[in-house]
Amino acid sequence: MSGKPKLHYTNGRGKMESIRWLLAAAGVEFEEEFIETKEDLEKLRNDGVLMFQQVPMVEIDGMKMVQTRAILSYIAAKYNLYGKDLKERAWIDMYVEGTTDLMGMMMYLPFQPADTKEKNLALIIERATTRYFPVYEKALKDHGHDYLVGNKLSWADIHLLEAILMAEECKPDILSAFPLLQAFKGRTSNIPTIKKFLQPGSQRKPPTDEKFVAIVRKIFNI
Amino acid sequence: MSGKPKLHYFNGRGRMESIRWLLAAAGVEFEECFLETKDDLTKLQKDGSLLFQQVPMVEMDGMKMVQTRAILSYIAAKYNLYGKDLKERALIDMYVEAVIDLNELLMTHTFQPADKKEQHFATIVDKATNRYFPVYEKVLKDHGQDFLVGNRLSRADVQLLETLLMAEECKPDILVKFPLLQVIEWTLNGQ
Repeated sequence: MSGKPKLHYTNGRGKMESIRWLLAAAGVEFEEEFIETKEDLEKLRNDGVLMFQQVPMVEIDGMKMVQTRAILSYIAAKYNLYGKDLKERAWIDMYVEGTTDLMGMMMYLPFQPADTKEKNLALIIERATTRYFPVYEKALKDHGHDYLVGNKLSWADIHLLEAILMAEECKPDILSAFPLLQAFKGRTSNIPTIKKFLQPGSQRKPPTDEKFVAIVRKIFNI
Repeated sequence: MSGKPKLHYFNGRGRMESIRWLLAAAGVEFEECFLETKDDLTKLQKDGSLLFQQVPMVEMDGMKMVQTRAILSYIAAKYNLYGKDLKERALIDMYVEAVIDLNELLMTHTFQPADKKEQHFATIVDKATNRYFPVYEKVLKDHGQDFLVGNRLSRADVQLLETLLMAEECKPDILVKFPLLQVIEWTLNGQ
């Protein structure tokens, strides 16, 4: 029993990646148990440890937590990354929901059939550059602070950095019209815990490739 | 300026319905501004009132809040429907997220093309009765209390009730195997 949170998921990004980011940014060491086959998932289900038969599941503080947002909210609150009051929390929630929507689109892209992939990629780029990034660029411009909310690092910043890096994998110059986001990216990447997570050998997972798509399809029957 | 929250959405359930439920359960009077045409939506978008160009949007406490979950969390916390500490909140969040998943399935049923409707209906019934309802039934059975978390009303109960009623609209006898869920429906309806 190590006392460290234990993450149950496949050995890839998916819905667990934001959780890995948040724990890493908070400086929390964690363990991972990878689901590699359908049988691994069945075993977890039969053991009764997945409340709704789904992963992500994170063992933390005596709980077997499921539901990505529930897990993220808990970690953010526990490690003081959720603002200082209800209003800051509301802003963090709004910002995070935006980056969740954007990253959701990118997460599913590798699973799209070949004939719709190009169209979906174009949609992602359009949404990123006309709906989402302008909001965060403006937020930073309006208050002139280094962080999105309350002049202090929060879950919103970590989530935004994750989204930016993922978007750049889609289109390397996607931030070209967003100077403040470029500066934000540089600064936030240099925060020691985050810098460590961005280095090779960390628990950060690589972009989803065809091989991983095949494994996921097999395990989850999709 | 009434000081009441003002909801901007179409005149229908959609993603705003859970917000209406929670405000109502909290005893908060609210006003509604219905979008009736595409132009109504475009106007709001051009006004800069919609952070991500989307509704729901709720004007409250000096903010123009968007994103359903953000709005629900704010209301729940403000009106003490979010548990007493971090752990109760975690449980509430887990229960609520699953309810939202089931709600999505129910909500999208009417939008299914005719040839997919039957299978979608079967999926709803299967997930509701095999994945979701058993969990809440067991929670209520295990602690024997009237409410899901902390022996007092929380957003988890309100959102569950909304979904139970919606599920019954889909299939009237869907709760036949879940006596405690039937009770909670009855209990909460009295609140």
